[in-house]
Amino acid sequence: MNTKDIVYIALFAAVTAVFGLFPPITLPITGVPVTAQSLGPMLAGAILGARRGGLSILLFVVLVALGLPLLSGGRGGFGVFLGATGGFIVGWVISAFVIGLLIEKFWDSLHIFNAALSIAVGGIVVLYAIGNLWVSIVVDVSYWQATVGAAPFLIGDVIKVAIATAACLAVRRAYPLISRAR
Amino acid sequence: MIAGLYIDGNSALHRAAAGLKVLALVLLGTGVFLIPDWPVLAVLLVTVFILYPASGFGPRILWAQIRPILWLLALFFAVQLWLNDWQAGLVVIFRLAAIVSFAGLVTLTTRTSDMLAALERAMKPLARFGVNPEKVSLAFSMVLRFIPVIAQIGHEIRDAQRARGLDKSVLALVVPLIIRTLKTADDVADAIDARSFDPD
Repeated sequence: MNTKDIVYIALFAAVTAVFGLFPPITLPITGVPVTAQSLGPMLAGAILGARRGGLSILLFVVLVALGLPLLSGGRGGFGVFLGATGGFIVGWVISAFVIGLLIEKFWDSLHIFNAALSIAVGGIVVLYAIGNLWVSIVVDVSYWQATVGAAPFLIGDVIKVAIATAACLAVRRAYPLISRAR
Repeated sequence: MIAGLYIDGNSALHRAAAGLKVLALVLLGTGVFLIPDWPVLAVLLVTVFILYPASGFGPRILWAQIRPILWLLALFFAVQLWLNDWQAGLVVIFRLAAIVSFAGLVTLTTRTSDMLAALERAMKPLARFGVNPEKVSLAFSMVLRFIPVIAQIGHEIRDAQRARGLDKSVLALVVPLIIRTLKTADDVADAIDARSFDPD
């Protein structure tokens, strides 16, 4: 891991923190708040690849745990992890890693469909699996009930998958960082 | 730089070692899940609450820790009431409130720099698995340094896109933000290498 990799890792952690500064948008009808912050893990994985993307989000998560108010709404500290949404925040690390792994695999023939699929699998399927498991333990409800409870957040995450896919493809043309599947 | 959530003071908790406080939090976090009785959890919760004035924090600061999770506590209580009974509801909300208020206390009484130092010490044994503590420290300090820089880049891009009528488009913000961040990263990496940073 050379200096450039370390700087990419650090700066993407900073980008994820900056996404948290944007005020959340409340979706019409359902009233579910959607934050830009979960774009961070998707983009880190899709642009830096599995290793660097995962480490970048891990760095961000550790800084939150150390007490920096980097999560959207200025939240931070250990309490965040032990709360109901803690699983989603820890899940971001694995989510970024999985997205990176899939994008690396498809890299040489990356197009809108396999990019969107990679980001959706890592950013929704894997993330919700971890996040909902956590909710079911902390709140003491069944896994199925936790999954149903998380459903309203899907709309926001589908939009974010679309944005991350477009961004990933645009950055791949302008500034490719993943050389090829290893 | 980004300010932490630390509030200055000179109580026993302020003076305790950062690593020790984190260990206590982990123990509490595990412990509450092993206690199934609400009266025991209530005593625990009150004990944590008493630690706030003992560390020099007023009720406003304690309330600031609890307020963000209040609606969650209400929701969890309602869910338990619906699925089980009120005792189960109390167990769930007392557990969560105790952990969150103690975690808040650890964060309030520990400087981020002390927490970082504790983390660096804790990472020493990982060196034999190929984790280089100096590289990790470099990454940590760089994040804190670059959050304001990237926020500034974000503002500039938003202004530029507003002039083009694109300020409502997230993509028109995200793509230039990433590309400028990556360019900055290349320059920073060159600058670091030019100063012969080589921990290997």
